[in-house]
Amino acid sequence: MTEREKTEFFEEYNDGLHRIGRITLVAAVILLVGIPFVIGIINGVMPEGRGFISGFAKVGIIYIPVAIVEFLVYSPMLGVGGSYLSFITGNVTNMKIPCVMNSRDIAQTTVGTPENEIISTISVATSAIVTTLVIVVGVILLAPLQPVLQSEVLLPAFNNVVPALFGALGLKYFAKSPQIAFIPVLLMTLLCVFVPAAISQTSLLMIPCGGLALLIGFWLYKKGKL
Amino acid sequence: MNDYLSRVNSGIFYLLVAAVLGFITIMCVVFLVKSYRAGIRIGMDKKVLKKAITSSATFTLLPSISILLGVVALSGTLGVPFSWLRLSVIGALQYELNVAEIAAQSFGLSGLRLEEMSMGAFVTIALVMTVGILGGVFCCIFFLKKYMNKIGKSPKKEKNGKPGFGAHATTAMFIGLCGAYIGSYVGKAVPREGADWMPLFVAAVAAAAMAVFEYFIQKKGKAVLENFSLAASMLIAMAAAVLIQLAI
Repeated sequence: MTEREKTEFFEEYNDGLHRIGRITLVAAVILLVGIPFVIGIINGVMPEGRGFISGFAKVGIIYIPVAIVEFLVYSPMLGVGGSYLSFITGNVTNMKIPCVMNSRDIAQTTVGTPENEIISTISVATSAIVTTLVIVVGVILLAPLQPVLQSEVLLPAFNNVVPALFGALGLKYFAKSPQIAFIPVLLMTLLCVFVPAAISQTSLLMIPCGGLALLIGFWLYKKGKL
Repeated sequence: MNDYLSRVNSGIFYLLVAAVLGFITIMCVVFLVKSYRAGIRIGMDKKVLKKAITSSATFTLLPSISILLGVVALSGTLGVPFSWLRLSVIGALQYELNVAEIAAQSFGLSGLRLEEMSMGAFVTIALVMTVGILGGVFCCIFFLKKYMNKIGKSPKKEKNGKPGFGAHATTAMFIGLCGAYIGSYVGKAVPREGADWMPLFVAAVAAAAMAVFEYFIQKKGKAVLENFSLAASMLIAMAAAVLIQLAI
C-alpha cells in the first residue's frame, strides 16, 4: 500500500469510526437516561423535578467544566476510536489512558500516525471488554466472593490500586523525561504538603499539573533539549 | 427497608442493565475488529496488534477488580444492578460516591443512608448521577470530529526531520497526571491528623518493582517482560501493602 493509499484508507476508517461512534453514543445516552424512568414506572414513582434540578446544578458546576477540559486534554491522547469508547465506558484517567500509553510504548508507535490511532483504539476496546467481563463475573459471584473481597486482610491491597498504578507508571515516565517531570512533581508535592485541602482535589490538580508539564516540555523542545 | 432493597435488586433491573452493557460491549467489539482489520490492511505486524490486545487485557485485570470492589461498596445503598451499571459505564467510584451524596442531600436526605432511602429518592439520585456525567459524551458526539481534524491527524515533521512536539506532548501530559497523584500521596503521608502513609509506600514499592523490570527490559533485552511489567509491579506493591499491614 502506497503512502497516499494509506492516508486515504485511514481517512475513510476514521470517518467510519466517527459515524459509528456518534450513532452508538446517542443510543447509549438514550438507554442510560431511560433506566431511572423505566425503573420508576415499574415501581410507580418518578424522579422528583426539584431534587433533580438542585442536585444537577451542584454536580454540573463541578463536573461539566471538568468534562470539557478532560475532553480537550485526553481525546488527543486517546485518538478517535479511543475517545468514543473511553468517554462512554469511563475510568478514563485511572485506566484507559495508562492502558493506551502502555500499549503505545510496547508497540512503539508514533503520535499522530495511523498505527498509533489503531493501537489506541484496540487498547481501549480490549480494556473496556475485559473490565465488563471481570465485573460481570464478579456480579455473578458477588455473594460468595463478598467475604474475600471485603476481608480485612486484603483491604489495604484493594484500597491502594491507584497508588500502585501511578507509582509504577510514574517511575517509567519520570525516568523517560526527568527534565519535564521535576518542576510539576515538586510543585504538586509542596502544594499537597502545605495545603492539605488540595490532597482530595487530585482530579482537578492534574489539569494545571498537566498544563505545566506541557509548557515545560514545549520550552525544552524549542530549546532543542528533548 | 427490605422492600426498598428487593426493588433495587430486582431481576428486571438486572436484565435492563445487562441489555445496556451488552449494547456497549458490542460497540467495543465492533471498534476492536474494525481497528484490527485496519491495522492488517495498512501493513501492521499481526504480532504487534496481538501484543496490544494481550498487554491491554493483562493491564486491565487488576484495576478491574478494584472497580468490582467499587460495585460492592455502592451496592449496599443503591443495589447491585445500578452500581454495576454506573461503574461499567462512564463513571468512576470517586465520582459516583460524591455525586450520589450530593443528589441524596438535594432530595432532602441527610446523605446516602440506607435507612432513609426510598424508590422516589433512588430514581432521582440515579438520574442526577447519570445526567451529571454525560458532559464528556456530549463533547464527543458534537465536537470530536471537528476537534480531531483541527489538531491534525498526520505526524508533524520539523524541517530538520525531527518528530514534532506532538510526540512529546502526550508524555508531558501524562507526567503531569502522575505528578498530581504522587504529590497527593506525599501530602497524605505528612504526619498530621488523618495522615496515611500507605499510598506513598505502595507507590514507592510499585516504582521500585517497575525499576527492576525496566532494568531487565532496557539493559538485558528481556522485551517479553514489557507485557506484564505494569500489572506485576502493581501486584507486588499491593502484596506489600497487605504484608506491611499484617506486620504492624
